[in-house]
Amino acid sequence: MKETHRPIVEASGLIKRFDTVAAVDGLSFTVERGEIFGLVGPDGAGKTATMRMLAGVMQPDAGSIVIDGIDVVSDPETGKQHISYMPQRFGLYEDLTVDENIRFYADLFEVPARDREERAARLLAASGMSQFRSRLAGQLSGGMKQKLGLSCALVHTPRILLLDEPTTGVDPVSRRDFWRILYDLREEGVTIVISTAYLDEAERCNRLALLHGGRVLYCDTPAALKQHMPGAIVAISSPAGREARAAIAGLEGVGDALLVGDGVHAVVDNAVLRIPQLREALQRANVPFADIAVGEPSIEDVFIALLENGRGLQ
Amino acid sequence: MNAREPGEPQIIAEELIKRFGTFVAVDHVNFRIGRGEIMGFLGPNGAGKSTIIRILCGLLRPSAGRALVAGIDVAADPERVRERIGYMSQKFSLYRDLNVEENLRFFGGIYRVPHNELADRMRFAIDMAGLRGREKALVSTLAGGWQQRLALGCAVLHRPPILFLDEPTSGVEPASRRRFWDLIHTLAADGVSVLVSTHYMDEAEYCHRAALINQGRLIAVGSPEELKHTALGGELLLLEGDSLGPTLAALTDAPGVLDCSVFGNALHVLVRDAARSLTELPALLEQKGLRPTRVEPIRASLEDVFVQLIAIDMAQRRQAA
Repeated sequence: MKETHRPIVEASGLIKRFDTVAAVDGLSFTVERGEIFGLVGPDGAGKTATMRMLAGVMQPDAGSIVIDGIDVVSDPETGKQHISYMPQRFGLYEDLTVDENIRFYADLFEVPARDREERAARLLAASGMSQFRSRLAGQLSGGMKQKLGLSCALVHTPRILLLDEPTTGVDPVSRRDFWRILYDLREEGVTIVISTAYLDEAERCNRLALLHGGRVLYCDTPAALKQHMPGAIVAISSPAGREARAAIAGLEGVGDALLVGDGVHAVVDNAVLRIPQLREALQRANVPFADIAVGEPSIEDVFIALLENGRGLQ
Repeated sequence: MNAREPGEPQIIAEELIKRFGTFVAVDHVNFRIGRGEIMGFLGPNGAGKSTIIRILCGLLRPSAGRALVAGIDVAADPERVRERIGYMSQKFSLYRDLNVEENLRFFGGIYRVPHNELADRMRFAIDMAGLRGREKALVSTLAGGWQQRLALGCAVLHRPPILFLDEPTSGVEPASRRRFWDLIHTLAADGVSVLVSTHYMDEAEYCHRAALINQGRLIAVGSPEELKHTALGGELLLLEGDSLGPTLAALTDAPGVLDCSVFGNALHVLVRDAARSLTELPALLEQKGLRPTRVEPIRASLEDVFVQLIAIDMAQRRQAA
């Protein structure tokens, strides 16, 4: 069979306005087959509107979406057969048990009876929920509800999984479980588009689009994104963070400085050049410090730097 | 548990226990928070974070143990404690159909700010929140970051020496979030003790010390650096390559490997001895036809520490049961 090189999702020039506000403002990106693609940004960046348009449950005002060769804008019903969409508030039935919810979605997606039990057992085991099968969904914690929602969305075998902020309000342990399931699905060849407001979660995606104000600030792998950090982060460990920050403020080549629990994280234009100068400034001001070292920029550092540089768009 | 405690303790929890029926929500919890210290509470949903904060605010009576806040026994005199604390929750509890000034005046009344001080305190809160010029703006028209800073302004109107923040920055823009934390550090530098609960692991980095809480117990306390250096019980390797699935399977039971998990395009492998595993693991994978393109030691994140410590705690509980 001939391998097709067309991306499985092609979104181009998407615009969605609510009243006069453009929630999505000329968004374009592509998702490759079998990857985990992140739509990452703070509240109001346009993540949910984009997800809804991909899922074919909201019409864009302009732009096109082609998923697996299907024009989702003109033919949303055909698109839905290949897509499983988990909205922020997934429709779990709180007065049904875990098992009953899964059975309900299996019926809805017309999953053959013989596949059902095995698939349900595997999904629940992967999310560490096997012992809760007879518990009412309404009595599950937030993290467990999200995992049950994911199990319901996966009870059939979609080619594309759209997850809208599935980990919001979910604790780190449950978040890891959740991602482990996503990686297993990726191994099975499922393409996943996931939105998140946790910038650190971006690191878990194969590629991501960093969104702000309905536009793409940047789109690439997490590692490539960090290459776009202008300058470097220098971590100063000091019990006197505020004094340390005051001592280095205004030095040449030193930008924003952030107080953290262990001291200060400062943006500098050139770490090799500036570290000795920072050390000297701290000594001159008599500020105690344990260490000055180059720190790894976080996705948040890059996000803020990209915004400040006014670089938008791809 | 020997991390620094700047200043004299403003919050002392001694053998705190809270039971709801047979369920133990808070289980022999001990900690101290110094004057001007920012302490983070991290833990899964239902770990007991909010219950502890509610006990310290005087909203819940502990079943046993003692809580002292600003030197006052909370169970004995909750009213006096409430005058000395500020509280801000993730929902901000602002009145959306009132404007900025009206909200401040309302909270000034609730916190019984003396009449002759109110104007001064409102000015302070408006400047701190960066809301000068927007005093007449309805709260519902403000972006999340502004609302958040206004809520903080409301919580500190009565100059409390102690501040409780319950998941204060959910969903707020990164730049606003940084500005918020800058305010918290300014308050702490002025001597305010801050206890903040959060789900954002990167946010714990802003705290002087962080406590990990699981099933009602404090399982680790320390500065972010201390936690990252000592709490993991091993060293982390980053491993990149093409066949992550088979690699993960091959490493799970490999000698010297304590834990292994997928992380984006790579694996994070927790090993007993990084130097040794750096040579051993590639050789072991080679035998199975797997050739990682990159293996190198990395610094653990607080999330790595958190997940690992919870796993260890759960295993110990299972053994004890």
